[in-house]
Amino acid sequence: MATALKAAGPGAAPAETAERPGQNTWVSALVRCLFIAVSLTFLAALLIAPVATIFAMALARGFEVYLTSFADPDTLAAIRLTLINAAVVVPVNTVFGLAAAWAIAKFEFRGKSVLITLIDLPLAISPVISGMVFVLLFGLNGWFGAWLQEHDVTIIFALPGIMLATMFVTFPYVARELIPLMQQLGNDEEEAAITLGAGGWMTFFKVTLPKIRWGLLYGLILCNARAMGEFGAVSVVSGHIRGLTNTLPLDIEILYNEYNFVGAFAVASLLTLLAGLTLIVKTLVERTGYQRR
Amino acid sequence: MSFRRPSVLPGFGLTFGFTTFFLSAIVLLPLAALVLAAGSMHWSEFVAVVSSPRALGSYRLSFGASALAATINVVFGFVLAWTLVRYEFPGRKLIDALIDLPFALPTAVSGIALTTVFAQHGWIGRYLDPLGIKVAYTWLGVTLALTLISMPFAVRALQPALLEVQRDLEDAAETLGATRFYAFRRIILPTVLPSLLTGFTLAFARAVGEYGSVIFIAGNLPMKTEITPLLIVIHLEQFDYRGAAALGVVMLAMSFVVLLAINLLQAWGRRRHVQAAH
Repeated sequence: MATALKAAGPGAAPAETAERPGQNTWVSALVRCLFIAVSLTFLAALLIAPVATIFAMALARGFEVYLTSFADPDTLAAIRLTLINAAVVVPVNTVFGLAAAWAIAKFEFRGKSVLITLIDLPLAISPVISGMVFVLLFGLNGWFGAWLQEHDVTIIFALPGIMLATMFVTFPYVARELIPLMQQLGNDEEEAAITLGAGGWMTFFKVTLPKIRWGLLYGLILCNARAMGEFGAVSVVSGHIRGLTNTLPLDIEILYNEYNFVGAFAVASLLTLLAGLTLIVKTLVERTGYQRR
Repeated sequence: MSFRRPSVLPGFGLTFGFTTFFLSAIVLLPLAALVLAAGSMHWSEFVAVVSSPRALGSYRLSFGASALAATINVVFGFVLAWTLVRYEFPGRKLIDALIDLPFALPTAVSGIALTTVFAQHGWIGRYLDPLGIKVAYTWLGVTLALTLISMPFAVRALQPALLEVQRDLEDAAETLGATRFYAFRRIILPTVLPSLLTGFTLAFARAVGEYGSVIFIAGNLPMKTEITPLLIVIHLEQFDYRGAAALGVVMLAMSFVVLLAINLLQAWGRRRHVQAAH
């Protein structure tokens, strides 16, 4: 009885003294067990077994073989490329997110909702299309293909193409976290700061940034996870040149298709650890009271 | 009304200019290139590409498996969201955090992991194989991969809605003699219906475009286990840019329809929410 009341929540406050109907019958206990069992089975088959397999396969031939997989020069090159790519894409999209959120949340202008929808657009588009658009622009048979070749500039099958495709798919991540957050926080404090004589940049760094820091971090880690893990879009523009244009997810594909399962799953385990880290940071940010809007 | 309402705050020109410039350069112009490339085709050529038997087979798989995956996710997503919102059990917070794992896990990683688990000798596949159920390299595998990657969308759409179900209404119904199922059908279901549909649409939208996790588990046989994004990649690899663009436009049109549906559903949900509050 007592536990049933505790679980009742605020909605049932007036009925505290009355018995909650149907709350402590064997049927409700059965339903509860059934729901928890179904949930856990679903997650075990779909999430936990695959993640456990990654580590089981990576360590199948012992820890030393696992470690030597990372000494492979192509894998090292893939790690380096993935880090360089994220190091460029994430800051650029963060600056964009901050600018978009400032323009959209601080000012009233026409066509604002269209702008917000357009910013979210990449989320609705297949990663393959996100990569293909750059092939159509800069590929050999693309719009600027001939011009680029004349001027000896390579974008597709090279780092710039990978960066552009990654930028496209991770484009909305920071912006869509910051826009609703800044809209909700309002303009009063910024207006006070400006009225009292602070400059625009000072207002941003001293007033706005401290207020939005958790939302910014939230968007940033999600943006980074996607940037480091993107497969489809990057696969289309990369050309899969070993040691040169292979990011970590593409390296997994090559190793896997060569039946080098320890190598493939070793690299996969690295990205899984990154995903775990992302979830931990995300949970910690949520603990500060930050809520997605 | 002028374009912008006056404000004491600075920086509109700079931030708005940068936002629209960057949006155009990274997203809008490249998408325009796609539409133009498909538009440069002759109409009959376009139709021939997008309605070839191989393309039709790929739509059937992509849209069919995505719809199935979204349905599975709405059903299990409801059970999961209900369990997380209503019940207290050890490990609940961990499970809640794990729901987002498919967002954070690169698709290639989920692809090879799922394939290994559900292959003939895999941890789960070895128990399904004697029953005659083959998951890896069949349409079932495609559905499974799509279910995995779109799962968080359904759960996260349903959780807030379930939190808002007025439990005093449920209690009242049961006090007045309604069966649990009747209370569920008349009180809980109507409240969460918009979120249920939004969750379905979001999961479907994510699943239709998915590439990375599917290609490992699909087997990629033309007409049978070949999804539309893969067919696009095959066209690109043969330097058939226009064929790829034509298929891309079909998928893009689909994305717009789904995006519109999501916006309409969310507006409907908000309206119902406001009405319920009065």
